[in-house]
This record gives sequence, structure tokens and C-alpha cells, in this order.
Amino acid sequence: MSAIPSPHRDQRGQHLRDLASAASGPILSIAVAFIGLLIIIFFMGRILPIDPVLLIVGDQADASTYQQVAREMGYDKPLIQQFFIYAGDALQGDFGRARLTGNLVWSDILQVFPATVELATTAIVIGALLGIPLGVAAAVNRGKALDHILRIVMLMGHSAPIFWLGLMGLIVFYAALHWVGGSGQISLYNMDMVPRVTGFITIDSLLAGETEIFWDAISHLVLPAGILGYSSTAFIGRMTRSFMLDQLTQEYVTAARVKGLSRRQVIWNHAFRNIRVQLLTVLALAYGGLLEGTVLIESVFAWPGLGQYFTNALLIGDMNAVMAATLVIGSIFLGLNLVSDILYKILDPRTR
Amino acid sequence: MLHGIAEKAGPATLPPEVLQTARLLSFWRVFRTDLSGMLGLGVVCVLAILAVLAPLIAPYDPYLQSLTSTLLPPSAAHFAGTDELGRDVFSRLLYGSRTTLLIVVSVSVLVAPIGLIIGVCAGYFGGWVDKVLMRIVDIFLALPSLVLALGFVAALGAGTENAVLAIALTAWPPIARLARAETLTIRNSDFIAAARMYGASSFRIIFAHVVPLCMPSIIVRVTLSMAAVILTAAGLGFLGLGAQPPSAEWGTMISTGRKVMIDHWWVAAFPGVAILITSLSFNLIGDALRDALDPRKG
Repeated sequence: MSAIPSPHRDQRGQHLRDLASAASGPILSIAVAFIGLLIIIFFMGRILPIDPVLLIVGDQADASTYQQVAREMGYDKPLIQQFFIYAGDALQGDFGRARLTGNLVWSDILQVFPATVELATTAIVIGALLGIPLGVAAAVNRGKALDHILRIVMLMGHSAPIFWLGLMGLIVFYAALHWVGGSGQISLYNMDMVPRVTGFITIDSLLAGETEIFWDAISHLVLPAGILGYSSTAFIGRMTRSFMLDQLTQEYVTAARVKGLSRRQVIWNHAFRNIRVQLLTVLALAYGGLLEGTVLIESVFAWPGLGQYFTNALLIGDMNAVMAATLVIGSIFLGLNLVSDILYKILDPRTR
Repeated sequence: MLHGIAEKAGPATLPPEVLQTARLLSFWRVFRTDLSGMLGLGVVCVLAILAVLAPLIAPYDPYLQSLTSTLLPPSAAHFAGTDELGRDVFSRLLYGSRTTLLIVVSVSVLVAPIGLIIGVCAGYFGGWVDKVLMRIVDIFLALPSLVLALGFVAALGAGTENAVLAIALTAWPPIARLARAETLTIRNSDFIAAARMYGASSFRIIFAHVVPLCMPSIIVRVTLSMAAVILTAAGLGFLGLGAQPPSAEWGTMISTGRKVMIDHWWVAAFPGVAILITSLSFNLIGDALRDALDPRKG
């Protein structure tokens, strides 16, 4: 082989270097944000109005017992040191035990997490499939009746309390019309019938060849995912419309039309091509928003996911579980931000 | 944000206070033409009046239980029916508007000064103050605000005051960022340089000159976030972490109505409609404000 690198390999090296430099900035700032998240959550665990040591020993305990328990819990150390102990434990996945289940918080979270991912992913697919075409349609028909109707539909999605939409959906589609399954991920008689492989009930039931259970799971998934999907349709549609308007008012669009290209070609091959990168960012943000939405929706539908685990922990003030769930959701948020930042830098040549 | 309009409103030699008034006036002229924005503003005004007059208008005592008339459907005597304890839902809705508006106002009163001071300090002093403060703002902006608010309420204990605190804790960063941007444009103007030459202290310049000029944009930004505040507060109430029963709060009412909703839809339905109308109105106002500030986008 010749010692001179082929132009092809050189190009690839350059490309990889570009990727690395594009990723390093966002990774650094996300790392700082992650430390910030740890500090905020640590602070959250320390502002309890009740003395956590007193909670365990009771008010009858004498001073020496109190001090012993405080020492065991690490509360006698300076606050900075306490923080480093907490951060070290958290990074190793050690969040202590949950009061509600008695299990390790981390194994609880791994248990419930797939259900939330299943719900949120279905919702984002609905949101993208509806929101992007509707947003484009609204921008193309700007100021016409269709634009106004879509604006109202999207504003409603922005303004309606999602938990209330869930309850109304249950009244109409479950109680009155019997179109969908009710609360939970699956009917009671189908519980624990398929072996857990991926944790996604729809996939697991298909793997086990149980099509009946699959359709049962789908009928339970449709309503919560549809309502979450509606709220992300509102967000994605609004953003798509505004991005498209920015493109459609530019001169190259007029030029392309003058050149004799059809409307459809200009809209999809020119204007839409230019907003794809921005849309990826929006999808990442929308997915983050959905994770927040799942907290309320899972509580409405008794969906056995992270959101319900979080609310149950909130209601009994189980701070181990609350802090861990906040850290997990916060980290996913930061991860999504990171991914969208890097994608933006890699795919949009103007940012290089 | 408002400076584009300022340039049109008058020559730059006018004193800043006059420019300020001119800016607001021309801004109002644009806003007034927006039909949906004016509709939202009208609804919010009506709501505020209803909230103030609730004790006079409400047909029943919102806390009066009547076990002989529980779960009555909507009728002429009870516009929105009665709940599981026989309380009049319509009266409770009226009183609920007080709680909601109180939360919105409290959050705004807490958040605006905090965001303003942090943002103005970052913008005015620059350097490492700016770097540190803006880094903190970025961290908060990158985090899920509802989840953080929920976590803080769990730590502080459920209740309206703690809900307000928790929402405020997660709502100040966008305001700080805006105040910083505004300050950066004001900081280098001649009248600030003049004030500095007269020997005015940083404290005086910030509070006498910079802060008043930032106010209009801050007020606009606070209005933009009100719909989100209402939804978060209702969500906290629904999860049982906000206002506690028996108090008349819309989110809490939905959560108690939930137990009977399959056969008695009105108990949970009407409070949700109230939340929807209120947050929709604030969103309409917000949209109109945004359009008025940036006429390029429709």
C-alpha cells in the first residue's frame, strides 16, 4: 500500500474530525447541565421541611441514638461531601430502596420504563405523521379557511389540560362507545400471560404468537397514545407551519415557480427539504415534552410506567424514588437535547 | 423586543420615558387589530371580574354540602349540576377562578422580579457574572419543568403556596434570558454613559434606568407563560399536590370528580372546560402579542 493516504480516506478522516468537533461543544455543555441537574435534585432532597433523621428515630429517641442514625445516613458530614456521596451513588445507579415497593429504586425503574417508552414512542409517531403534513398544509394555505381551522385545532391541543382530555376520552370512547380498552396496559385477564422479553407488551405478545393479546394491548394503547399524540401534533404542527412560512416567503421559492416547477415540487422538494433538520430538533423536543405528558396521562390511565411510578412516589413523599425518577427523566431530556444539537451541527452545513 | 417599534415612534433624542410611552401606544395600536387576541383579552377580563364578584354572583355557597341533592345533573337550579357532596358545581367553578387567577398572579409577581434582576445583572456586569448566571439559566431551560415542579412540591409538601413556589422555581429562566438580551441593547446607549459620568452607582443605573426600560418586554414574556402556569397548576391539583380538598380549585375538582365520572360526567367535565377556556384565552393573547412584536410572521 502506498504511504500517501488516498483522497477518499483523507476525506473520511476529515469527516470524522468534523463530527468530533461538532459533537464536542454540545457534549461539554450537556455534561455541565448534568452536574447542574444532580445539584438541583440533591437540593430537592434536602429541602424537606421535616428532619429525615427524626422521621426514622422518632421523637422519643435520645440524643446518642439520633446522632448515630445521623452518622449512618451521612447527615453529619459537610454538605459538599454529602453531595459527592450522593452523586457517586447516583452515577452507579444506587438510589436506595423505594418505600412503596421495598425494591431497589433502580430495578423498579428498569421494570416500568419500557411501558413509558412504548406509550411515548407511539405518541410521537402519531404526532409526526399528523403534525408535519398539517403544518405544511397550513403554511401553504396561509390565511385561508384551512389555516384558521388548523390553528384552532392546534391551539386547543396547546391549551387543553391533558389529564382532562384523558378522562373525557375514557367517558366517551370507553364507557359510552366501548371502542377502546379501559385503564391499564392490558385487560386484567391477560395480565402476565406473555413472557417478558423486551418489556414492550405489543412486541412481547407478537413474539409469543398471541395475536389476541396483541390486539387487546393495542386497544388499551390507542386512547392514551392518541391523546398524547394530539398534544404533540399541536406542537409539531405549529413549528412546521412557522418553519415552512419562513421558507415559502424566500426568493428561491418564487424563482423555482418561475422556472416552471409545479407547486407540489416546490413545496416538497425545495421548501420542505430545507426544514428537515429543524424538524428533527423539534421532534427531539416533542419527545421530551411527551415524557412530561406521560406523568399525567399514566396517572389517568393507570398505565404501569415511569410516570405512574413517579406520581405514586410523589404522593407518599418517597424521596428516593422521586429523586431517581426526576434524574432519569431529566437525563433523557438532556440526552435528547444533545442528540438534536449534534444532528443539527452535522446535518446543517451552515453551522460548520 | 420592542425596540423596532421605538425607532418608528419618534426620534432617538427624546427622553427614554417618552419613547417608552410612544412604544407602548404604537404597540397597543397593532395589538388592537388582532381579533382573536382581543377576544382572549376580553375573556380574561370577564374572568377576572367574575373572580372578584364570585361571592355576589355565586348562586350557592361553594362549600355547602347537601346530602339530599348529590350528583344532580345540570338543570335550571344548578347550571353545572352538583358534585358527590351535593355542592353546586357552578358556584365552585366561580370560586375556582379566584384560586387560578391567584396562582397566576402570585407566580408572575415572584417570577418577574427574580428573572429581571438575574437577567439585568448578567447583561449589565457581563464577564464571569454573565457566564455563571446564564449557565444556570441554560441548565434550568434544558430540564423538564413539570417534573421538577412536581419533585419540589413533593419535597416541600402539598398545598397552594408550595405549588406556587415550585412553579416559580422552574418559570424564571426564560425571563432572565430575555432581560439579559434587553439589557445588552440598553447598556451601551448614551444616556447610560451619561449617568455613569455623573457618578451614578451601578445599583442606581440598574434600578433607575435599565429595569424600567426592560419592563414592557418582561410583562409580555410573563403573559406568554401564563397558559403554561395554569396548566401546570391544574396538573398539580389533579395529582393531589396543589390546592387540597375541599378548596374549590379546578384541577382538584377534576380529580375528585374522576371517581364518579363514568355515570356523572358533569362533575369532572366542567372544571376542565374552565381550564381550557382560561388557558386558551391566555394563549390567544400570547399569540397576538407575539404577532404585534414581530409583524413579519402571521
